[in-house]
Amino acid sequence: MYSFEPSEEQKMLVDAINRYAITDLRKQAHQAEEDNQLPIPLVEKGWELGFLQASIPEAFGGFGERSAVTGVLAAEELAYGDLAGAMAILLPGLFATPILLAGDDAQKETYLPPIVEAEWTPYTSALIEAQFDFDPNKLNTVAEKNGKGYLLKGEKIYVPFAEEAHAVLVYAQYGGDTQGFIVPKDTEGVEIVERQKVMGVNALPLYKVKFNDVLVPRENRLGGEAGHDFAPILDASRLGLAAMAVGLSRAAFEYARDYAKERDVFGVKVAQKQTIAFMMAEMVTEIEAIRLLTWEAAWMVDNNKEDASKEAYLALTGAMDMAMMVTDRAVQILGGHGYIREHPVELWMRNGRGIATMLGLTIV
Amino acid sequence: MIEFEMPKPIAQQNYVLKTVADNMMRPVSRHFDEHEHEIPWDYINFMHMAMRATGAGSLAPRERPKDEKKEEKPDEEKKKRPPIAYQMLAFMLETLSWGDVGIYLVTPGGGLGSAAVEAAGTPEQKQKFLARFAEEKPTFAAMAMTEPQAGSDTSAIRATAVLDKETNEWILNGEKIFVTAGHKALLESQGFVVVWATIDPKAGRAGMRSFVVEAGNPGATVTKLEHKLGIRASDTASIVMQDCRVPFDAMLGSPEIVTKSTKGFKGAMATFDATRPLVAATGIGVARASLELLIETLAAQGITIRYGLPRQKLTNIEREIIDMEVMLRSAWLLILKAVWMADNRKHNPMEASMSKVRAGDVVTKVTQKAVEIMGPLGYSRDLLLEKWFRDAKITDIYEGTGQINRLIVARNIFDYSGSELR
Ligand SMILES: Cc1cc2nc3c(=O)[nH]c(=O)nc-3n(C[C@H](O)[C@H](O)[C@H](O)COP(=O)(O)OP(=O)(O)OC[C@H]3O[C@@H](n4cnc5c(N)ncnc54)[C@H](O)[C@@H]3O)c2cc1C
Repeated sequence: MYSFEPSEEQKMLVDAINRYAITDLRKQAHQAEEDNQLPIPLVEKGWELGFLQASIPEAFGGFGERSAVTGVLAAEELAYGDLAGAMAILLPGLFATPILLAGDDAQKETYLPPIVEAEWTPYTSALIEAQFDFDPNKLNTVAEKNGKGYLLKGEKIYVPFAEEAHAVLVYAQYGGDTQGFIVPKDTEGVEIVERQKVMGVNALPLYKVKFNDVLVPRENRLGGEAGHDFAPILDASRLGLAAMAVGLSRAAFEYARDYAKERDVFGVKVAQKQTIAFMMAEMVTEIEAIRLLTWEAAWMVDNNKEDASKEAYLALTGAMDMAMMVTDRAVQILGGHGYIREHPVELWMRNGRGIATMLGLTIV
Repeated sequence: MIEFEMPKPIAQQNYVLKTVADNMMRPVSRHFDEHEHEIPWDYINFMHMAMRATGAGSLAPRERPKDEKKEEKPDEEKKKRPPIAYQMLAFMLETLSWGDVGIYLVTPGGGLGSAAVEAAGTPEQKQKFLARFAEEKPTFAAMAMTEPQAGSDTSAIRATAVLDKETNEWILNGEKIFVTAGHKALLESQGFVVVWATIDPKAGRAGMRSFVVEAGNPGATVTKLEHKLGIRASDTASIVMQDCRVPFDAMLGSPEIVTKSTKGFKGAMATFDATRPLVAATGIGVARASLELLIETLAAQGITIRYGLPRQKLTNIEREIIDMEVMLRSAWLLILKAVWMADNRKHNPMEASMSKVRAGDVVTKVTQKAVEIMGPLGYSRDLLLEKWFRDAKITDIYEGTGQINRLIVARNIFDYSGSELR
């Protein structure tokens, strides 16, 4: 059967996140961006909405089941408030969700309860590397087996909250595959090189981190001795990011809509000019189209459909273009005012460009 | 709950229709493209027979008369299956258009004409006008809104309807152009054309009404068949009405609407809400055929698409194809949502128009790109690709051009009336 109607539970969650996104996240986004810092109480409040907690089974401290569809609904709504804030709130998921998806029982029992039972606590993961054609399936960071475990060597960038994190899930190449390795705080050889400055999401602290022959005990390989399949983690990362692109674009679209309806030009409202109205019609169509593609991909993931990975890839590909198209137009529709940082659209445009490089900064 | 599982009846229907497309459409596609105005009777007769047997096929799902005698079922079974009639149609049209959209357009059963009757007619009118499609011979219907001076701006139509009080008949006068299946409806079957005319030329939209003109009416003449870029198997007729008399109850809707203002026009718009996503679906079928052929041709040369790579590592061809897949799939999902809303009686004018906007864009882009990438093979008439390119273009033109549908979407966004956003 086809249905485009979220369940009652999903609707309640989305409504709650929506209120938080509007009254908290969005209100503080500008200041947070200018300050290069998110107020922690703001993030804690978002965490308390309980999205991640609800996707972890009771046996591991949570109170529900993971659903990628619920995940994309939640991620969209959070990013509708603010992208940096959304990524910060879901940050512990970067560590916990891969463990849920690919960890062995011991790892789930060790790591999940303390994360989901506590207040928001930074746990993170390190995937991205400094290459123009960065490919998550072809990492330069490597893991080498030795007598005691694995040695990690390489350099990661854009590691959110690396400085503060209690543990990092580091992705490295092992035997040609991408594998995750759990690296606790203060492990020898982990070098936080610097906090990085980027074009957008400046409220989200991103770090360059070096791994200088970091020794990882055998039991800290994600999935244990046998390792794991990376595809489900990549799918979930693509879905989360695509959904956030939708939320971000929706925010930009709505802001431009409201502005265009207020602003007078040549005796009419900006919105009454067809060239603007048509841009808006295309924007809303694009957003809805990519949202549905993301929903379908998430549903395929939930139902173990054969083409789920391909669909998630297509969804993110579409989302990258959508985010740029919509946020650019939002700035354009505000004219010179769009270029001024008092309006949020220029930040959304900077964040919108980031969607194409942020794979690995969130997961649902 | 959000779900994307294809219902079984749709999967079964797709399977059957794919066979029809493979065996009855593709083999004759080129012939009917090159012999414009020849009629594909084999396909028509086959479809008529098949649809009579299954009851499928109208562009607007018919409400079936309630079967009183049906046994009472235990509570659990009584739980109604969700309605999927419009979804079935969208899939049907997509698959048949994947076969050949020009030939699909001559499927008997009424098309836009029946949809108009279905949307605006009284139960008696539906019975009177739609019953004929179940009869032995294939029958066609058409919808005539467009006039030489009035296309997108439907309020500018000049065809008139005047009531002859003595005979209680309407007298229609005017010229209609671009009537899809108009020739087949009036001259090749005992069908009908739903003609839009005004009962008060000064009243604009408020004066517009639709009238059923049946085959055999001496006042209606087919004066021209167009020669077109594509969909050449489908006849596009001009119809002139000269003192064309129709009975009083040939006006669709209840008699009260004679006096009530814009109901007639709203009837036309309601028809479009239902049919736009379906027309969009036909375009998707054509574009899917093109993309599949492109991917198959590449595969035969050993080129496969490496999904999952960062864009920076893709070849240009891979990138183009992946982008086309994104466009096509997302356009299809917009259609699916619009028809799902129609099935569930949710108000969907915005979604209907969005699906048409996107399909119009996407199917023209995909077919144009496919011809480009296929190089000299794409341009040649040895393959059907160049035909699909020509066929696809109509998607962005009829049932409201891309621009008109953008206007509708934008009016919804801004909550503007037609006069606030022209
Ligand atoms: C093959 C074919 C089959 C058809 N079948 C039928 C049928 O069965 N029944 C029927 O009634 N009609 C039918 N039509 C007619 C079709 O619906 C019209 O051609 C279409 O609505 C456009 O009208 P037009 O051709 O007069 O173009 P115009 O209305 O003259 O438009 C010209 C251009 O101006 C743009 N434009 C118009 N108004 C605006 C506006 N307000 N803002 C911005 N841009 C605008 C249009 O998008 C277009 O690009 C058919 C047409 C074709 C080609």
